[in-house]
Amino acid sequence: MNTVLKILSEIRPEFDFSTSEDFIADGMLDSLDVVTLVSAIDKHYRISIAGTEIVPENFSSTAMIAALIHRNGGRL
Amino acid sequence: MILRFRGKKISSLVTVVPQHETRFEDELGNFNFSREKSLRLKRVMGFDRHRTVTGTTCASDLCLTGVRHLVSTGALDLDEIGALVFVTQSPDHFIPPTSNLLQGRIGLGRDVFCMDINQGCAGFVIGLIQSFMLLELGPIRTVLLLNGDTLSRRACQRDRNIYPMIGDAGSVAVISNDSAGLPITAFLQMDGSRCEALTVPAGGFRMPSDASTSIEIDVGDGNYRSKDQFYMDGPAVFSFVQTEVPPMIDAVLSAAGKSRDEIEYFLFHQPNKFMLEKLASAMHIDPARMPNNVVENYGNASSVTIPTNIALNLASSVTARTIPTCMAGFGVGLTLSALVMDLGPMTRCDLVEHQDVRQAVGVS
Repeated sequence: MNTVLKILSEIRPEFDFSTSEDFIADGMLDSLDVVTLVSAIDKHYRISIAGTEIVPENFSSTAMIAALIHRNGGRL
Repeated sequence: MILRFRGKKISSLVTVVPQHETRFEDELGNFNFSREKSLRLKRVMGFDRHRTVTGTTCASDLCLTGVRHLVSTGALDLDEIGALVFVTQSPDHFIPPTSNLLQGRIGLGRDVFCMDINQGCAGFVIGLIQSFMLLELGPIRTVLLLNGDTLSRRACQRDRNIYPMIGDAGSVAVISNDSAGLPITAFLQMDGSRCEALTVPAGGFRMPSDASTSIEIDVGDGNYRSKDQFYMDGPAVFSFVQTEVPPMIDAVLSAAGKSRDEIEYFLFHQPNKFMLEKLASAMHIDPARMPNNVVENYGNASSVTIPTNIALNLASSVTARTIPTCMAGFGVGLTLSALVMDLGPMTRCDLVEHQDVRQAVGVS
């Protein structure tokens, strides 16, 4: 989970992701941030998140992102 | 819908790009985002260089350069042409059809059937399908298929979602009958209920352009655009492509009776590097068989990315031998198109530059 938070803070260093319950609703990630995040996750965990799973709700919290990584074969 | 053809070929192909090239780094100052953030996006999306027209150069000008090139190299005999199909979202005017203008500028005969098709990223395959249908009509033995767009002229330079990926280009494909040609299988679907995902809202009769529609405003995500400019709902388009394209490829391959292994190259429309990488991954296609370098070198020129792909990556092989391919286009409409077809050997397959100078009337 700390790794996910670290990746998020590299993409949007101006936000504290540990205080938000919904990154999308709180305006902390836009669609191109999500693209950058997926690329970083793919590279770090050596996976390829399925394109059909790249939808806003899967990036709303660290728990949702962690579940996404797990579903796509990544080990947290 | 599945369509089947037999005995058709692309005899020659030329892609024309504007000479004017811009680098993404040189445009960073236009965007309302930090340099670091934009550069991260560059790596993921494949933004690097793109070719755009200057001044009032039109898509038809780029295509005319292509026609001249094919005539001057002996790959095109204008007397053989029975139809001219121009696929574009960048017409010269509302009235008359740009295909008619091109007929006059090229100097084609009055028996040539001219047709404009308003299509975007699916437009090369749709243009091929239309050309094949025209070739079924007896008197027409050769179709000149022109694809062209200059959407940089409709994109806001302060819109980082759109402008860095846009490229302008034109292409000319000579389509003719081929008695030895193998079966061709096409897939076509439209979903007009989602057409607002890609649109230029103003400028037509539904929302005429006026002073208010030309004002570029902050649309809330740091990007600027006006109602006269190109809008894309990125997440909706991404979801459409990732959800709909893999089943389309399965369907067209199944209808053609071919496996993925029998296809040498998957020549897909290239919206951006990330989207195509995700498609290749989802379909378990080796990226080497799905070239993905058009956006980084020239930009996304809508229906011209597939011809650019062929001219950029396959020119030497497609002029020497036959290549089993699966082409796919997807985008505005929303439209899905795919074609399982052998390409080559072509007489010519070139990529040339256009100088932004108003073309003289005529071909010679």
